[in-house]
Amino acid sequence: MPDQPNSDLAPKAWPAEIHGLIGRAGLSQVAYVPDAGHKALIELCLEDPAIEAIALTTEEEGIALLAGAWLGGAKGALLMQSSGVGNCINMLSLTANGRFPLLMLVTMRGEWAEFNPWQVPMARATRPALELMGVHCLRAEEPAAVAEVVGAALDLAYDAEQAVAVLLAQRLIGRKVW
Amino acid sequence: MEGQLSRRDATARLVAERGELLVISGLGSTTWDLAAAGEHPGNFYLWGAMGGAAVMGLGLALAQPRRPVMVLTGDGEMLMGLGALATLAAVAPANLSIVVLNNQRYGETGMQASHTALGADLVMLAKGAGFRQALAVSDDAGVADLAGRLQRCEGLLFADVRVAADDPPRVLPERDAVVLKHRFRQALGLR
Repeated sequence: MPDQPNSDLAPKAWPAEIHGLIGRAGLSQVAYVPDAGHKALIELCLEDPAIEAIALTTEEEGIALLAGAWLGGAKGALLMQSSGVGNCINMLSLTANGRFPLLMLVTMRGEWAEFNPWQVPMARATRPALELMGVHCLRAEEPAAVAEVVGAALDLAYDAEQAVAVLLAQRLIGRKVW
Repeated sequence: MEGQLSRRDATARLVAERGELLVISGLGSTTWDLAAAGEHPGNFYLWGAMGGAAVMGLGLALAQPRRPVMVLTGDGEMLMGLGALATLAAVAPANLSIVVLNNQRYGETGMQASHTALGADLVMLAKGAGFRQALAVSDDAGVADLAGRLQRCEGLLFADVRVAADDPPRVLPERDAVVLKHRFRQALGLR
């Protein structure tokens, strides 16, 4: 259909699974820079009265925001696409120096069935850049694995108080039809 | 026009009767200013993370809606995260105030002119980003008024405090952010 250019981006089950997990874990602040891969999860968070969904102008704001939330006793998550990881690098000094817990949910672009070459360099650098700044990376490749991986990341972040990123493979999100 | 207020004096007066006020200070001179005004477990000093102070205050203000929260930062630190003004205005917690000690200089790096010396107007930027309350403070009466506003939590507030481009002696607080974090959380009754 001409008005459905992203027809491969059919509704998926995993965004609702993530929303359920973060609700049960008591996360109250979800900050995001929009990404097509996070569209459904962002909408679920915006509709959820227990969650303050915070639109950011750039991803590093979310790193500082969630450190402030933790200082005040609140937990949160930061949603972005892989290109946004590059924007976070220096701000992750705050997370590292303060040993603040952090949960980043990163939808990958530039790694699978990608049309736009501008997404590729940061896709290659996403995991190494996060690891260089001390963020523990987990990755979900298959839809059935998302809930398990995000659940493990929630425990690492908020029980062990670690900085954790979940990389959500581009294959999960589907081919973008241009 | 360059300000006349003393940054140290203005800071001391903003926190003199702080009550329940929680404060995050931005990288550089405002951290020394806050430390010079006296140690307090409700202070979190940034020694880095430039551009992050205002939005860190947002996370804290949302987590502690009953406590007034002040972000005390400089013009250079604020300029590095101007987008945060739009992020804050979109949420607009009533208990959050952003107070910029604006000396129109990058004080820690050799007093180079910042963009507020080169034409940028922080009050207009805050208003343009959606702040309903954004004011310039240039005299003692304005500082006294601001100290009262910080406590009243009548809405998201931005204050551009025009301070002199002086260079008072450094007063260096704790720089271990883990220590500062635990101290801050314990003061709030968190583990």
